[in-house]
Amino acid sequence: MVYARLIAMRLLKAVIVLFLIIVFNFFLIQLAPGDPAAILAGEAGATDEAFLRQLREQFGLDQPLYVQLWHYVSGIATLDFGYSYRQQMPVLDLILERLPATLLLTGTAFVLSLALGIFAGSMAAARVKKISGSVIMALALVFYATPLFWVALMAVLLFSVYLDWLPAYGMFTVGAHYTGMAHILDVAKHLILPASTLALFFMAIYTRMTRASMLEASQQDYVKTARAKGLKDRVIQRRHILRNALLPIITLAGLQAGQMVGGAILTETVFAWPGIGRLMYEALMQRDYNLLLGIFFFSAALVIVFNIFTDLVYRLADPRIKEAS
Amino acid sequence: MSFFARFAQNRGALIGLIILALIIAMAILAPLLFPESPWRMVQRPFLPPFEVDGFVLGTDTMGRNVAAGLMHGAWVSLLIGLVSTSVALIIGVPLGAVAGYYGGLVDDALMRFTEFFQTIPNFALAIVLVAIMQPSVTSIVLAIAIVSWPPVARLVRAEFMSLRNREYVEAARLVGQGNTTIILKQILPNTLSPIIVLASLMVATAILLESALSFLGLGDPNVMSWGYMIGAARTVIRQAWWLSFFPGMAILLTVLALNLVGEGLDDALNPKLARERQ
Amino acid sequence: MTDTVLSIRNLTLALPKGADRRYAAENVTYDVAKGEIMCVVGESGSGKSMAANAVMGLLPKGVRPTDGEILFHGEDLLKLDEKRHRELRGLRIGMIFQEPMTALNPLMRAGDQIAEVFEAHGLYNAKERQQKALSLLEEVGIPQPEKAIRAYPFELSGGQRQRVMIAMALALEPELLIADEPTTALDVTTQAQILELIRDLQQRRNMAVMFITHDFGVVAEIATRVCVMRLGKVVELGLASDILGNPQHEYTRSLIDAIPSNAVPPARDVRDPAPLLEVRQLNKVFRSRGGLFKPSREVVALNDVSFTLDRGETVGIVGESGSGKSTMGRCVVRLERPDSGELLLDGVNLSALKGDALRRERKRVQMVFQDPYASLNPRTRVGLAIAQGPIANGVPRQEALKQAGDLLDLVGLGAAAAERFPHEFSGGQRQRIGIARALALNPELIVADEAVSALDVSIQAQILELLEDLKRKLSLSLLFITHDLRVAAQVCDRIIVMQHGRIVEQGTAQEVFLSPREAYTRELLDAIPGRAHEAAAV
Repeated sequence: MVYARLIAMRLLKAVIVLFLIIVFNFFLIQLAPGDPAAILAGEAGATDEAFLRQLREQFGLDQPLYVQLWHYVSGIATLDFGYSYRQQMPVLDLILERLPATLLLTGTAFVLSLALGIFAGSMAAARVKKISGSVIMALALVFYATPLFWVALMAVLLFSVYLDWLPAYGMFTVGAHYTGMAHILDVAKHLILPASTLALFFMAIYTRMTRASMLEASQQDYVKTARAKGLKDRVIQRRHILRNALLPIITLAGLQAGQMVGGAILTETVFAWPGIGRLMYEALMQRDYNLLLGIFFFSAALVIVFNIFTDLVYRLADPRIKEAS
Repeated sequence: MSFFARFAQNRGALIGLIILALIIAMAILAPLLFPESPWRMVQRPFLPPFEVDGFVLGTDTMGRNVAAGLMHGAWVSLLIGLVSTSVALIIGVPLGAVAGYYGGLVDDALMRFTEFFQTIPNFALAIVLVAIMQPSVTSIVLAIAIVSWPPVARLVRAEFMSLRNREYVEAARLVGQGNTTIILKQILPNTLSPIIVLASLMVATAILLESALSFLGLGDPNVMSWGYMIGAARTVIRQAWWLSFFPGMAILLTVLALNLVGEGLDDALNPKLARERQ
Repeated sequence: MTDTVLSIRNLTLALPKGADRRYAAENVTYDVAKGEIMCVVGESGSGKSMAANAVMGLLPKGVRPTDGEILFHGEDLLKLDEKRHRELRGLRIGMIFQEPMTALNPLMRAGDQIAEVFEAHGLYNAKERQQKALSLLEEVGIPQPEKAIRAYPFELSGGQRQRVMIAMALALEPELLIADEPTTALDVTTQAQILELIRDLQQRRNMAVMFITHDFGVVAEIATRVCVMRLGKVVELGLASDILGNPQHEYTRSLIDAIPSNAVPPARDVRDPAPLLEVRQLNKVFRSRGGLFKPSREVVALNDVSFTLDRGETVGIVGESGSGKSTMGRCVVRLERPDSGELLLDGVNLSALKGDALRRERKRVQMVFQDPYASLNPRTRVGLAIAQGPIANGVPRQEALKQAGDLLDLVGLGAAAAERFPHEFSGGQRQRIGIARALALNPELIVADEAVSALDVSIQAQILELLEDLKRKLSLSLLFITHDLRVAAQVCDRIIVMQHGRIVEQGTAQEVFLSPREAYTRELLDAIPGRAHEAAAV
């Protein structure tokens, strides 16, 4: 019951945010230098005046601004994201076709980075004064400073070009037409490099955060209580320190979801992964603004989904929250 | 212990400071050592590094000097990092201060606004903004500032909220100091250290963002930048690894150095915390 | 003594380099025997908790033993390896801590935290552990133990949490219980209950108890023997009755003398009984503003409160946490805005003022705050901190700074202090600075909100004296808010007792303290630790 209400409220909030993004998108088009019709058409190919006039009428661009806004918002509310004249397909179809690949990539990277980051961070916290702890932290610092797209390129160079272990491009072997298990394995093999390079940066963040959070938790009075009980260090680390230290990590993971979707744009571009990130790059290259804004909208929606998810997890983890609802 | 002594105790911070000084020197010396435009073709294309004198890092697909590009790129990275962070501070600090100090409806409204910007995926927003405003140093700076002010506002707000009911602030209110005086003289000076630390880390993030934008072809077409160099060399990575390797290392080192300096500042400005951390 | 459980011999604990002194504890020697409560007393920084931490093997980082031994049934605890020491903890030595708010894991149910003690020592199965936990909760007198066992710490009150802590420490019937300031963070009535519980359990189980406290009242309440410590050294050691009745060492004597006694000073006649402050039917409700999605909650802090304060008078407001006493003080200085009612200062209704009008009037009432560390801006020089008020009210800067110097002289710090920063001063000195700041605007009324609660007793006495002195010199009136009835009885002409936002009783200090009319007042008075002892001594 509590959860149903909670989810309902989060969804309401999400709808408001998405509405604001639509409005924001609309004004972005208005603010762009040049003719909005040309922008909607993709400026390079839109020199045909008759075509532009047709567009203007279609989108009501000759009408007052608020009417245009209404057209735009109501269009998106009915899932009409417009037409990509460059790709000759409705924007929505293009995005939906590419969305599963992005979900697979970001989902894998999210779980991977969180699991490895928390693991490495708690190792480092338990080995504060030892060399192994310092090495973990030094690595985390380096990964944190490494540009994602560059690490992706270097991974291609090393694992695909020199070692030839893993495929460098795409989501599956072109022309192989695998089915069943073979297909899954093929995709998994293609997934390794993009997912791990995307996860690397976030793993570094979670490692640093976990360590700091655990060191802070280990200063708390209840840890002293636990030691006074005669509990073993291992149990104290896991049950008392880590559990409490995880709470801020969950919050952070929610906040980082947006960054991860952004990171996917770069990763998909480098690895030619057929997701919405790669689609965004294509839209960018072709100045296909309508598609660009559609993808922007969907990536924001994706972040909201991630946020609701982490919110629910947080509520499971912290008994104190329940009281508030 | 003095501020610098505490800073210097963190060996990583000192190394970071040295690297940063070298990169700043690169940026300053670039026009002296390579007075010609880094865009000029000066040798045959695909010249590997360490082969021809004067072209230590080789040449790119168009025969441009990689070393020259690297040094001119340092200038752009630092400039965009610093300016966009300053703009983000100019937006975020007052917003967070007002929200945190007054609380209530003002806070609610400002924080919903901030949350909205935080929900939008950062990098995607930056891409859309630069693409629509057309790539230029100004649009890049603006886009980076627009996506990076929310953490500043949240930090400043949190600090103000915790300080606004501190007894010394209440005492100031009791003796009749006005809100503006209290904000500027009682609270703000006590929030500076976390802001400085955050700012140093933000410069690093801004540099990463700028390089990612240029990598995608959204850099200022008139300015040589590290991200652009990697982006341009992406398709020829099998033939010429050095074209993406060196600019990438440059970004890595700069961002790493800034992070190290940020940690050192944190230690130096919050000596108590640093001691606990050890 | 054959019954000696714990014997500390010449224990010396070194502090890390750079600390303000070399040793946390120096050549400390005392025993704790079966069936007795040994009270280790000292002010902050006396090192009173250090030996206890060493017994538990829980010394803070950087503190290490350099000499001496700690014999537990003849075995030197300092020579134990970590594993053996761990086996003793919880099983044969139990410990409870000061802060019940933070000493329990916020994410674990109370029952599970108690059951953990059995688990740590490999005893019983999961079901038996829960049953044991339940009977322990019954034994420590928690209301509704079946519910409490499933409760998270945030769902329990401070006293209940401390009971859970005690249940945990006693789970395995240890021979030695170490209690480190276990009642300091509690209200006085809760403190009395917890002290009784500890004494009761100690007698029933014939345990040895090492009880660490700063409060001689608590000592008088429960101690069999006493060890007085100062700056890491044992000052005096002996039977409680001897030390309390006939302290040998000067320091012990000064500590005991510094406790506000039960003897209420005779009422002073107020020459001019003209009301300065009239509070009429004041109400204040705190609402946690629910957001769009959150329900709002209400706490009634002030419920129809009325009283008057005459010119030159000191009125005390006494109550436990949640009584509304602080809200009352904050309304008088208008840090809070009352919902309804009147606050008449010399006929001017402060509760109705807003904005600039409020800023002009409010200088007539100033406040001395509780926390000497939070009440001064760490980045403002002391002189300027004092001068800021006059400057904001139009006094030229130079003149205001000069006055600040005079005020520092007046509170006994010397004008030279003006150039220094707050962190260069001790807690007591900072409180003097806070008083000087409050005086800078020549107020008629000063509200002192728990102004001495954060200070050691010896310092407390000095600050009270200073306030009294200034009040006479400057003909001030004082609204004195405190949780400590003894302090109130010392300094107040009249006392108001508050509970749950209402005034329970008001009258002269003599009346309230010596012949209380209301049951709640009597309960508060009875709960004062050491009262019975002192009554016997008088």
